[in-house]
Amino acid sequence: MPPFENLPTDLVLQGIFLLVAGLIVVAAVAVVTLRNIFHSALALILCFSAVAGLYILLEAPFVAAVQVLIYVGAISVLILFAVMLTERVMDPKMGARNEQWWLGLLLTAIAATGLGAIVGFAPWPLSKAPIINDQITALGKEFLTTYVLPFEVASLLLLMALLGAIIIAREKEGG
Amino acid sequence: MPEDYLPILIYFLIAVGFALAGIATSHLLSFLFVRRRAAKDKLIPYESGMLPQGPARRRFHVQFYLVAVLFILFDIEIVFLFPWAVVFRELQILGLIEMGLFILVLFLGLIYVWKKGALEWE
Repeated sequence: MPPFENLPTDLVLQGIFLLVAGLIVVAAVAVVTLRNIFHSALALILCFSAVAGLYILLEAPFVAAVQVLIYVGAISVLILFAVMLTERVMDPKMGARNEQWWLGLLLTAIAATGLGAIVGFAPWPLSKAPIINDQITALGKEFLTTYVLPFEVASLLLLMALLGAIIIAREKEGG
Repeated sequence: MPEDYLPILIYFLIAVGFALAGIATSHLLSFLFVRRRAAKDKLIPYESGMLPQGPARRRFHVQFYLVAVLFILFDIEIVFLFPWAVVFRELQILGLIEMGLFILVLFLGLIYVWKKGALEWE
């Protein structure tokens, strides 16, 4: 990258990481604090996109592409549709309610304690494995040789999701 | 290498900046030059000059959700196809058979969905 030759790369990457991580945190907080659930869903899309940036910083371009393709591209569409399909959620008179805040607090406390314990006590060793340059080729080979059974089972899993979606959607219509 | 993605980052920043600048300019211009007068017609959703029919926030049909679910499933199929396509020549006929099985299962699903009439728009 010619324009930044004079800058130390590590410093630039650190700065970009802080930007991306900050964006993730801001978007995630927006998801849970915005009053309009549709706006929450839009903030979630921003969060997904920023996570893709994190994967790029971790030098996992394929995972980043998958993140954009599936989470930003498809899951967010599904979530937006789910919001728009739900009766009265789109009604502006229907505010967000917090009747189960105590349950949320309890579960959050448990999750936070667990995550805190992991961050605090787990060793974080650097992997000794060599860095793979051609990740997609390696991934493709492993998929079709070592992990061929999980690979085929994945298609069955997708098929089941397909059938389940049809059955549920048809039942709702009463047909 | 993360540096290779610098153009995408710049593109992203320009895209966000363009959107924000457009909104900001619009607000600034209206703040400077527009006399505000409340009118009910101004609050109607813009529908290319037509009068809107029904409320904008009505419930969507469940069919949209079904299409979104199908879209995700075949999106994931693409994700599996991609690493295969890269090593397709190396694995030769074995890879073709394995991927053929993978696609066959999903293809049967597609035929089922088709026969069930879920792709028809009512």
